[in-house]
Parts: sequence; C-alpha cells; structure tokens
Amino acid sequence: MTGTTLYDKIWNAHQVEAQADGNGLLYIDRHLVHEVTSPQAFEGLRMSGRNVRAPHKVLALADHNIPTTDRTGGVEAIADPESKLQIQTLEKNCAEFGIEYVAMDDIRQGIVHVTGPEQGFTLPGLTIVCGDSHTSTHGAFGALAHGIGTSEVEHVLATQTLIQSKAKNFRINVVGDAPDHVTAKDIALAIIGEIGTAGGTGYVLEYAGPAIEALSMEGRMTLCNMSIEAGARAGLVAPDEKTYAFLEGRAKAPKGEDWDKAVAYWRTLSSDADAVFDKEITIDASDLPPLVTWGTSPQDVISIEGAVPNPADIADEARRKSTERALDYMGLTAGTPMQEVAIDRVFIGSCTNSRIEDLRAAAAIAKGKTVASRVSAMVVPGSGLIKQQAEEEGLDKIFIAAGFEWREPGCSMCLAMNADKLAPGERCASTSNRNFEGRQGRGGRTHLVSPEMAAAAAVTGHFTDIRNLKAEG
Amino acid sequence: MQKFNQLTGIAAPLDILNVDTDMIIPKQFLKTIQRSGLGKNLFDEMRFTPEGEEVADFVLNQPAYREAEILVAGDNFGCGSSREHAPWALLDFGIRCIIATSFADIFYNNCFKNGILPIVLPQEDVDKLMEDAKRGANATVTIDLESQTIKGPDGGTIAFEVDAFRKKCLLEGLDDIGLTLQRGDAIDAYETDLASQPWR
Repeated sequence: MTGTTLYDKIWNAHQVEAQADGNGLLYIDRHLVHEVTSPQAFEGLRMSGRNVRAPHKVLALADHNIPTTDRTGGVEAIADPESKLQIQTLEKNCAEFGIEYVAMDDIRQGIVHVTGPEQGFTLPGLTIVCGDSHTSTHGAFGALAHGIGTSEVEHVLATQTLIQSKAKNFRINVVGDAPDHVTAKDIALAIIGEIGTAGGTGYVLEYAGPAIEALSMEGRMTLCNMSIEAGARAGLVAPDEKTYAFLEGRAKAPKGEDWDKAVAYWRTLSSDADAVFDKEITIDASDLPPLVTWGTSPQDVISIEGAVPNPADIADEARRKSTERALDYMGLTAGTPMQEVAIDRVFIGSCTNSRIEDLRAAAAIAKGKTVASRVSAMVVPGSGLIKQQAEEEGLDKIFIAAGFEWREPGCSMCLAMNADKLAPGERCASTSNRNFEGRQGRGGRTHLVSPEMAAAAAVTGHFTDIRNLKAEG
Repeated sequence: MQKFNQLTGIAAPLDILNVDTDMIIPKQFLKTIQRSGLGKNLFDEMRFTPEGEEVADFVLNQPAYREAEILVAGDNFGCGSSREHAPWALLDFGIRCIIATSFADIFYNNCFKNGILPIVLPQEDVDKLMEDAKRGANATVTIDLESQTIKGPDGGTIAFEVDAFRKKCLLEGLDDIGLTLQRGDAIDAYETDLASQPWR
C-alpha cells in the first residue's frame, strides 16, 4: 500500500460520511465570516428557521468594505450608506446567532486571513472555510482551507459540514536558495506563471522542498494565499517548528496539556515519503529574479529585467487575442522594458502582503528616500495589531517621512470596495493578488509585485530592479 | 432552488479566456445584502460606458442576444473570487447554462447552488458551439440534463458529463442543507469523537 498525502490525511480525519457517489460530507472546524458574502446566508437561515450549529467555531469581522481613513466616528460615521448597512448587518447577525464579532474599533480587527492566524484561530490539521477565495492563506499552517460561496456559508453555519468532492494531489517542490530580494511573492508568481491560472484547478497544492521550509510563516501565508490564483482551492505547507513557534501563546491556540497533545498530533501531519501525487513539478528558486505582472491575469508574469511581450510572437490564436486585449487594457506597447514603465500609485497591503515582515521589507527600502512626485503611495496594515507593532518599531514614521500614507487595516485597494481605488488609466504597483480588469477600480491598471518591489517603484516612479536600488546605509 | 431539466434558448458567444468574477459582477455591486436585482449590473464594465450608455458591440447588448439564456465562453470561466453574486447576477439576467472548456472551481460549485448548469466540453465541441452561437438568434440550443446532451441548431448532439449528486439536486431543485440536516446523527457522532482533540 502506498503512503498518504497531507491533504488525504486531513480529508480522512474530517470525513463524517462517504457518500455513495464518491463525494464526502466533511466536518468544518473553523469558519471565518465577513460582511460581504454573509448577509444572504444569515437571511437564508432566518427564512428557513434554522440555527447556527456551532457558533463558537465561527469568528466574524468586517474587512472588505470598511474605510481605512480616520475611524474615530465609528461605524455610524461611514460615509457610504451601503457599506455602513453591510457592516451593521454583520454586527446584528452575529449578535442574533451568538457569533463572536471583532468590531471595527477592536485592536484585533483586520483582514480575516490576517486576524485568523494572528489569534491562533487557524491551527494545523483543521478544516477552515470562509466566503472568500483567499482562505487558501491558512494552508500555510497545514490546515485544509478554502473559499466557499454564500450558499455554502449558510450550509456550514447550519450544519458545520460541507459536501465536497475530493480534489487531486499536486506537489510543487521548490528547491534551491531564493536569492536576496526574491520573496515568497516572487515564488508564488513564478509558480502561477509556470502552471497558469487554471493549472491547479481540481487540485490541492502542497508546497514542499528546502525553499519552502526556509520561508517564514508570513512568507508561507503569502504563497498559500495565491494558490487560488493558480486555480487551486487550497494550498498546503506541512507544519514544522516554525509553525508551532508562531502559534504558541496566541489567544485562541490551545494551552498547557492541550497544546502538547496538539503538537504531538500535528507532527504526524506531513505527506508520507511514499505518498503518490497526481501531479508534481519542481521549481528552482535560486534561478528566480524579482517578478512583475504585465497583463490582466496573475499568470502574465515577467522578470523585472524583461520587456512587455509581443502578441505577434504567440502562435495560438486565442492566447494571442487575449494578450492583445490585455496590452490594450494595460496601455502597454510590446517590447517596452518593464523598468521604463512609469507608475502613478502604489498599494502595499492585502491578505497577500500586509503582515509585519512585509511592512518591514518595504520600510527598509523606503527609509531615507522620498516617494516620486508623480506617485501617490499608501500602506495598509493587515490588522490593528500589526499596525500597532509597526508603530512600535517606527515603521510608520519611515513611511510617512518618505511620503506614504499610513492607513487603518482592511482589504482596501486590493479589491477597491471602499473609497480606496484607482482612477481610469492609473497604473499601480500593488502587493495584492489580482490584476484583473477593473479590479482596483474601473480602468485601473494593476501590476502585482512584492512589498520591496512596490516600495522601490514608489521611490523611483517606475518599476525598478530592487537588486540595483541601494538601501539606505 | 429553481429546478433545471430541459432548456431551449439562445446561446451567446463570449469568446474571451479567463472571464473572471470581477468582469461578471464588479465589486461596487457587492454591497447589497440581497441576492436579487444583480442582473442589471451583469458584466457592467463591459456592457456599459462609465456614463452608463450601452456598449453596442458587447454581445449581450446586441439585438440577437439580449434574451440569451446560455453562454458559450473561453477557458477558465469564473476565475477569481468566491462571490456568489456572480451566479446570482447571471441568473437574474436570465442565464441558466454556461458552456466552456473549463471553469474555476468555486464558481462552478456556486452555479449548482443556484440552478445554473455549467457544462465542461472539449475544445472542439466548444469551438463548434461558439461558431453556432455567432449565428445569432437563429441558433437556439437545447440542453437536456436528464440525458446529458446538447442539441445544436443543426440537429447534431453533444454529450456531457456531470456529477451524479449535483445532477440530482438540479433536476429536483433540492436544498442540500435540508439533505445534510437529515444526516444530523452522523454529525452528532462525529462531534462526540472530537473530545479527544480538544483544540478542535
């Protein structure tokens, strides 16, 4: 008999029942809820007279829609009436159904995928869902975590389970040492560039190998976050000492004897040496340059040393047309070196890159420099606690002195549901996860980069090879 | 949920790869706390100018396709976010079936929860249906879920695959929460066993 993959182990441990048709009824350990994809689910429960089965396994907060500017006026002062109603609705629903709600003025408030791990709500070996596709982030802890739609939010609230079809196993080995200034973000983009945005469809990705082990927990979260951009519902990294060190002592992590028992179990959570994967690739991190996207799909990836691709070089008609459409939307001319492309805006934030390590890396570049006169740049920390820590470290002062705006935590311009958005035609170096048409505002042009690369672009006014930019002594 | 068994309707060609959920329903329309009423904003930034005028050459604005109930699209349809507002908007507009070579996983799943049938077909079949769809209102297509077949305007038939459980739910319009609640005893038993892992 062959061994078992990490994904299969978690699946097996959570299967309440195997259905005759091959699907499984899977138990869900943790459910994160936010204001945008939940109101219709709670309404559904009310309409059918159903209750929330396990309210203590649910954690709710508002992140997508909240302002990142001054919040001292509270929810009542939110200018957009629809945003305000959505946030008030979440608060009311949580009170009605007995769910813990992290309010906007709570220091723990932040992006769900930042707050969850920060509070120890996320733990290895759990099944975690949220009505948000970037739930894959939590896979960094060796948890099976994926996004669901609102109907499934309602299903999980009512039953604490989901009917799931089993995904296939896809292992991505990342070997070699990533060079200086090549980050988890670059590794994620390199993988998506390699396998494409549908390359992971139908699979759960397991990231393995020395370059993954070398990543911090923050880096692993960045990497797993972008699994969905490769089409995979979930990404996994097997838990290790770094995982336990990150979690120990966090508010919702187990304590004392329970902690020891949990760690002993978590140590069993890795793919067996003889486990068979349906698909497997290897990427050498030591070859990677810092990357930037040029188009309107996260797979449109190129080295910072590269140039805008030429559609005429693409034989396949559908792909050529798609590239022409992307270049037209992005306002780019084939053959232009990426480092000559000037930018208007910089966004450092999102569930991909808003953690303390990301802010430190960006601040190290911004220190002693000034945001280029043509550029408007903002930093949006992932949670209130990260904001506080960054301020204790003086990072806010570095950003503000350089001319960045220092904002309150939230999803902000990653999806531009609140007031933070691009104007038509504006070009943005963004640490977020999607460069789709209109993603950051209608007509806005998004280029995905790492926090260091975003900071470098901010101070030079154009995309810049971070390796050639001298950090302040 | 609305049942789906047989559908005869106009198929609109949306010959674009990677149609993402931000295209299907841009985020400014996600602020609603209801499911209904999103059809008017379906493909908003492709259908309308910033001033709100119709973009004449967008497929669903063309006279032949304004009543389309079927979309034929490029690879990886529905990629991006988990927003169920995407199928809600399609349904509210009147789209009950989408045909493509591949779908993003979460979107695919969300369709079935809303009485929409997403059909995966090989490239050559999608190409054929795309060519047929480009013929406009004369090109009606019949989808029969029970027999898992698509009948094109020329009478040719294409078979498709669909998960048996999802097919049953669509055919009968079943509420799968209700089905799962019937398994309450099994869930209770599973939860009792959780005592050995108190951190869960």
